[in-house]
Amino acid sequence: MPFIPHTETDIAAMLASVGVSNINELFDEIPASLRIAGLDAIGPALSEAEISRFMQQRARTDGEPLCFLGAGAYDHYIPAAVWDIATRGEFYSAYTPYQAEASQGTLQVIYEFQTMLASLTGLDVSNASLYDGATAFAEACLMAVRANRKSKSRRILVPQILSPVYRSVARVMLGGQKIELVELPMRDGRTDISVLADYAGEDFAAIGIQNPSFLGTLEDVDTLTDWAHANGALVIGVANPIALAVLKPPGQWGEDGADIACGEGQPLGIPLSSGGPYFGYMVCRQAVVRQMPGRIVGRTVDIEGKPGFTLTLQAREQHIRRSRATSNICTNQGLVATAATIYMSLLGATGLQQVARSCNANTNVLVDALTKLQGVSRAFTTPFFHEAVLQLDRPVADVLGALSAQGIIGGYDLSQDYPEHGHAMLVCATEIRSTADIASYVEAAADLFEVAA
Amino acid sequence: MSEISDKFLYSKDHEWLRLDDDGSVTLGISDHAQEALGELVFVEVPEVGDRLSAGDACAVVESVKAASDIYCPLAGEVAEVNLALADTPELVNNSPYEDGWIFRLQPEDATVLDDFMDADAYSRYLAELEDQ
Repeated sequence: MPFIPHTETDIAAMLASVGVSNINELFDEIPASLRIAGLDAIGPALSEAEISRFMQQRARTDGEPLCFLGAGAYDHYIPAAVWDIATRGEFYSAYTPYQAEASQGTLQVIYEFQTMLASLTGLDVSNASLYDGATAFAEACLMAVRANRKSKSRRILVPQILSPVYRSVARVMLGGQKIELVELPMRDGRTDISVLADYAGEDFAAIGIQNPSFLGTLEDVDTLTDWAHANGALVIGVANPIALAVLKPPGQWGEDGADIACGEGQPLGIPLSSGGPYFGYMVCRQAVVRQMPGRIVGRTVDIEGKPGFTLTLQAREQHIRRSRATSNICTNQGLVATAATIYMSLLGATGLQQVARSCNANTNVLVDALTKLQGVSRAFTTPFFHEAVLQLDRPVADVLGALSAQGIIGGYDLSQDYPEHGHAMLVCATEIRSTADIASYVEAAADLFEVAA
Repeated sequence: MSEISDKFLYSKDHEWLRLDDDGSVTLGISDHAQEALGELVFVEVPEVGDRLSAGDACAVVESVKAASDIYCPLAGEVAEVNLALADTPELVNNSPYEDGWIFRLQPEDATVLDDFMDADAYSRYLAELEDQ
């Protein structure tokens, strides 16, 4: 069924009106060297019935494995009410409304989303969401370079234990603007504070601090934040929002707190679903809000004094600011952000804390049991939140392969991203991994590794 | 009709310029410009020490309905900025030629000031714009 209402006649009339003979001519200004002839890897068009069947077959190949994989996206329990409410007709749109103020309900949801994220991060102003954690981090770097007007360097310090995916996406998004990421090495699974002395007095626009880090460990956020501010750099805090239910929020790091916080929102009620759609969040201090990308909903009163919701600070946005807008982000992940708002509402502060504590407890149980096996040890002594790195005596891929045959996704192989750590594997046990689930993993692992005497 | 002070020179982008005794140039936007923008809610000033070329976007004036760049009309180094605008951007509306000044520039070459309009020329320029 075609969903495009224009007839051939309509299209011909529009083309004639702008003075071109066919649609392809509109793309003439894109150099031939940048175009591809065809999408060879994409198969021929399928009917709805065919594509539906194809996707169901694909989904079945996933099976229903026990998941101990984290590394940026997490398998949490999602209350049934979350998506039942989120997919109601009134909410079921991926977009912020075009006639925004006529959609008070949608604006109110976004406003509440912003309020919850501001509260979790301990900062002043949240936007209405971004695409995902990685692009949120890249946008935060761009924002920091704009906002830190004392700095002229366009350099940003990023710890090696900040997600390799985030660093890679940021490099792509920042490279064109000649912004450079300078990596800080780790020691025992956290950023090596002693290295900071080498950079004292140098000009950096910002530092990124991920806590918990990509490797699950807890950074010395206070020391890093205070060092950055003393050296004229802004602080971008990257955090898993579930962890913020129990950890010190970025707004309270060090003496003055982080200036911007961002991260991946998927843990808040969004299914893993093969990698997306997820959503990114971003929150900042009032002082830098005019450099923030994305939409912001505010609460106000109308001419009769009745409360209402409205888009605010739109002068930053591209429909007004054109090429000098803070970002090309305009719409956002409205639907998934709505689901996250419902998830947070249902759990409440106490529920989120319980989820966070259970994740931490389950991962501790798993790590304690696995490290009793010969050839398995903890890679670092640094405390962790709900993920930990295990050092194995053999290639991680072999172990994951053997566990997979038993229906267990045993963790994340770090050998690609951190080859210097040898056979290192990142494991995670969220709140939905039961005692029996963890026992199944340990039993399967015990077939591979001998139990220590 | 907006006020045009005869103490200043004017650019086609509706900035006013005043050559001070110490050789520096103070800049702001004309009464006509502030009227056209409407009530200002935010002014972003340049940084002291910024080296600007003629035509560089160097400041932003944001009203409730739009944000506009201010383009530096002549090359030079920023010597001073009006910090009061951070908390009271409405100074530009209430006093565009006095308290609402935006920044002071040490020009590379003050002779380029000859290229700008005096009050009479600016007045004719505004009249032309209105006729169009």
